[in-house]
Amino acid sequence: MSLAIINVAYLIAALLFIWGLKELAHPRTARRGNGVAAVGMLIAIVFTLLDRQVLSFAAIFVALVIGSAIGTVLALRIRMTAMPQMVALLNGFGGGASVLVAGAALIEAVGIVERPVTLQLTIATAASGLIGAVTFWGSLVAFAKLQEIVPGQPILLPGRHAMNALLAAVTVALGIGIVLRPEELSLYWLVVALASALGVLTVIPIGGADMPVVISLLNSYSGLAGCATGFVLNNNMLIIAGSLVGASGIILTQIMCKAMNRSLPNVLFGGVGVVAPGSSGESDIYAGRIKAATAEEVAMLLDGARRVMIVPGYGMAVSQAQHAVRDLVRLLESRGTEVAFAIHPVAGRMPGHMNVLLAEADIPYEKMLTMEEANPLFEQTDVAIVIGANDVVNPLARDQASGPIAGMPILDVDKARTVVVVKRSLSPGFAGIPNPLFAADNTLMYFADGKKAILDLMNALKDL
Amino acid sequence: MGDFVNIFTIFVLAVLVGFEVISKVPPTLHTPLMSGSNAISGITIVGAILSLGMQHTTLTAVLGFLAVVFAMINVVGGFLVTDRMLRMFKRKE
Repeated sequence: MSLAIINVAYLIAALLFIWGLKELAHPRTARRGNGVAAVGMLIAIVFTLLDRQVLSFAAIFVALVIGSAIGTVLALRIRMTAMPQMVALLNGFGGGASVLVAGAALIEAVGIVERPVTLQLTIATAASGLIGAVTFWGSLVAFAKLQEIVPGQPILLPGRHAMNALLAAVTVALGIGIVLRPEELSLYWLVVALASALGVLTVIPIGGADMPVVISLLNSYSGLAGCATGFVLNNNMLIIAGSLVGASGIILTQIMCKAMNRSLPNVLFGGVGVVAPGSSGESDIYAGRIKAATAEEVAMLLDGARRVMIVPGYGMAVSQAQHAVRDLVRLLESRGTEVAFAIHPVAGRMPGHMNVLLAEADIPYEKMLTMEEANPLFEQTDVAIVIGANDVVNPLARDQASGPIAGMPILDVDKARTVVVVKRSLSPGFAGIPNPLFAADNTLMYFADGKKAILDLMNALKDL
Repeated sequence: MGDFVNIFTIFVLAVLVGFEVISKVPPTLHTPLMSGSNAISGITIVGAILSLGMQHTTLTAVLGFLAVVFAMINVVGGFLVTDRMLRMFKRKE
């Protein structure tokens, strides 16, 4: 088939990607948008198979089937609570594919006489190998942390900044070596090896509540790696698709950083989250001021409430409480209480994590309010129930000029008439600082595991 | 050089389109956006198929084979899991 027809097909595929992403912007059309993008991908794959350069189909067919089978099993078997690690893993595969494709393209370019080894090809190949390898290994580490194969908390190696800077400098220098001596193929694999180490070492020190930034950033990298591969192959469609994904990841990264009032370098290199618990005058803040409540007391409180706001956090995902929460919402609504959810942008381990869990539990998306929508409503809220969230409701972020979370926008739950905090203990959140909300006059601490707490609360409500 | 300028133009325009389209996605859909866009980044499959199909050397064929498998996991897994999530987002009945 002629190159012109294939290129027209690629243009159509690129347009379908853009259209699909546009449709993803609204919950009602999002599912169709995803389907539209998938059709774009199918067109791209089919027309690539019709390319004259493709000589043997058997191996391609086998590879397509193996990849599809693994992808299908992963996608259908993953639990919604494990979605952050799934996204991390998929990011990694995209980055890995870019490394392999760019490597193969370099070997072909050096070996085939009629294909010129241009500056564009060599620079893009070096970039592909570097970004792709960082994405692949960084994503695998993120996956291992989220899956708790390695500890989720930050792992700080001594002298890591100097070591990483040196490693990055050497990797870039060798990348320049690829550009100057493309026929030295071992240089490419050396860059890939060093970039792999860099990917591991840069993600290892980041953990816990900073994961949404890491996942967004790796998402962006996987797009940029694809984009670089597009420059290697001189392929417009790869560049367009890669740029779209790169842009998407960058936007999400910005939103996440803004929601924590921290710069990207601070998240990546700050090593936040290793403050020793109990180090900052916890006893002074909590001493004698904590009011613990039983399920019955909370039930009585909810009995008289007209407006209830639920604030979920990572703890809800950990205790798999989303279905119990849904049942509580239905029970409250059947008694005439209005219930909504207030969701902080960085609640959970990736952007939109809480929304996916609540959607799984059949909570309609109109009930999931953003921070901007929810904050003006707290003053008219009778009871705010915080379940598994901590730093994102800590008033210190608003009131203190310094500290790990100073200036971070928070959900103003303390403005509700009564706050119920469902939590197992008074242990600090990821930022490692105490939360004055727990000791506030209008706060009741309901000490229990999230899911059990909600089930007991429902029984108590029914017994009233 | 002319080739590069052409392709670079497309890159810049695509980035702008990406920013324009994606900044409108609401926070509720950020996870499906990530997994869906991630599936799109599996577009490297195109390069992978060409490398594997050309059979230039055994090494490039092996690299191409692995790349097709990786990219296809990315593509199929990404689109399917996104669909699974988006099926769950419902309006008030």
